[in-house]
Amino acid sequence: MRTRFRAALMAGTAAVLGLALTACGGSDSGSGAQAQAPARTLTVSAAASLTSVYQQLGTEFQNANPGTTVKFNFGGSDALAQQVVQGAPADVLATASSKTMQTAVQAGKIQGEPVVYATNSLQIAVAPNNPKGITSLQDLTKPGVVSVVCAPAVPCGAAAQAAEKAANVILTPASEEQDVKGVLNRVQTGNADAGLVYVTDVKSTAGKVAGVSFPQASAQGAIQSYPIGVVTGSQNADLAQSWINFVRSQQGTAALQQAGFVTK
Amino acid sequence: MRTTVPRFLWVPAALAWLLVAIPVAGLVLRVDWPNFLGLVTTPSALAALRLSLETGLATMALCLLFGGPLAVVLARSSLPGLPFIRSVVLLPLVLPPVVGGLTLLFLFGRTGPVGGFLDREFGITIPFSTGAVMLAQTFVAMPFLVVSLEGALRTAGERYEAVAATLGASPATTLWRVTVPVVLPGLMSGSVLAFARALGEFGATITFAGSLEGTTRTLPLFIYLESESDLDGAVAMSLVLVVVAILVIVVSRTRDLR
Repeated sequence: MRTRFRAALMAGTAAVLGLALTACGGSDSGSGAQAQAPARTLTVSAAASLTSVYQQLGTEFQNANPGTTVKFNFGGSDALAQQVVQGAPADVLATASSKTMQTAVQAGKIQGEPVVYATNSLQIAVAPNNPKGITSLQDLTKPGVVSVVCAPAVPCGAAAQAAEKAANVILTPASEEQDVKGVLNRVQTGNADAGLVYVTDVKSTAGKVAGVSFPQASAQGAIQSYPIGVVTGSQNADLAQSWINFVRSQQGTAALQQAGFVTK
Repeated sequence: MRTTVPRFLWVPAALAWLLVAIPVAGLVLRVDWPNFLGLVTTPSALAALRLSLETGLATMALCLLFGGPLAVVLARSSLPGLPFIRSVVLLPLVLPPVVGGLTLLFLFGRTGPVGGFLDREFGITIPFSTGAVMLAQTFVAMPFLVVSLEGALRTAGERYEAVAATLGASPATTLWRVTVPVVLPGLMSGSVLAFARALGEFGATITFAGSLEGTTRTLPLFIYLESESDLDGAVAMSLVLVVVAILVIVVSRTRDLR
C-alpha cells in the first residue's frame, strides 16, 4: 500500500517536473525573439496597507513582462525600512510614511530621491446608513456618540490628533486602539458609533462600514504619504524602475484609486 | 532519606529551567537602567499599574464571591451532571483569552443579547468600561480559584463537617466554623493565583474592554502599546510586572509550605 502510494507520488512529481520543463522551454523560445533576459525575480518590500492593490498589480506586471516573477514582502513600514537598512534583499521599497522611507534614505539605501505617488487620508467610519447622522469631526463629541481612535503613539493615532487640532476639537474616545483594524472592528461590531480610519480601510470592508469625509482630514500631519524608491545595490534596478513606472501608470493609478488612495 | 534522581533527567531538567530563567534574565540585561525610574513613573505607566492592581484585587474579590460557592457545590453536592458543570468552568483555562474576549463581546457588547438589553433599557454600556476589564479578568481567572479550592475541599474530606452536623450545627454554621478554616490555605493560594492571572490578563481585555488610559488600559495593554513606540518604556514596565509576579509566587508558596 505504502510503496504504491510512493510510486504514484513519484510519477506525479515527474509529470509536474516534465510539464514545468516544457513550459520553460516554451517561454524561452518565445522571448528569444524579443531578445529578453531569462527568468528574473523582482522583490518588492511594501507596506501592509498596499497588499491587495500590489498583489493585483503584481499579476498584471507579470503578464506584461513574461519571465518576470514579482515577489512581495508585506509588513509594517518601520520593520521593512529597518530590514532594508540591515541589508535584506529587496529591489523596491514602498512604505506608508515619509518618515520610515527617510530611515532608508539616510542610511544610503535608496537610489536617488524616492517619489510620493499616492496618499491616504482619514475618514470617519460609521455603521452603514450612518444612523447617528455624523457629518463632521465635531459630531463625534456629541453626547451619546461612542467614538474610537488609534492611540497617539501609532501612525493612525498621530494623524487623528493632527486632524483634531486642525478642527479645534478634542475627542474623548472610548478606546485608543493599537491599529486601524482595531478601530474598524469596534465600528463593525456596533460597539462604537464612529471611528477614525483611512479611506482605504473603509473601502476594504466592502460596505460593512460607511465612510464620512471631513475637511480636516487633509490637514498637515493627517495625510499619510506613500513613497517608493529603488533599493541601492539592487541586481534588478531596471526592473525595479519599471515597477515604479507601472505603479504610476494609468493602470496603476486606476487600481490605487479604486482601493481609495489619492494618486499623484 | 531522599530518593536518588536518575542521572539522565538532569539535562532536560536543566534545559526546562533555563528556558524560563534565561529570557527573564535577558529582560533584566535589556533594561535601560539609568532611565529606569523615569520610565516606570511616567503618568501613563503609573495609571496602568494602578488600574492593574485595582482591577486585579476586584477580580480576586469577585472570584471569591462567586467562584468560592461554586467550588463548594462542585466538591460537596451530588448535583446531576456535575462533570459537565466542572468542564465548563475549566474552559477558560484552555481557551485562548482572545476567544474569551470575543464571546464576552458578543454577549455583553452593545449589539449582544445582554449588552443590547442593558443599553436600551438602562443606558448601561459594558464595553470600554473598567467593569468590562473586571468581567474579562474574572472570566479567565475564576477557574484557578475554583480548581484549587475544590482540590483543598476534597483533600480535607467531610469527616469534620459530619461531626459538626451530628453535634447539631446547621449547614451554614458548619461552613463558616469548620469548612472555611480547614481549607483556608487552599483558599488563600487560589485567590493569589486568581489575582496573578488577572494581573497578566491581556487578550480578553483588549478584545472586550478596549484600551484607554486610566479606564481600561491595564499594565499588559500598556506594555503592548509601548512596545510599538517606546521599547525602553515597554521593557522597564515588563520588569515591574515580573517583580510583581515573583512577589505573588513567593506569597502563595509560603502559604503552601506552612
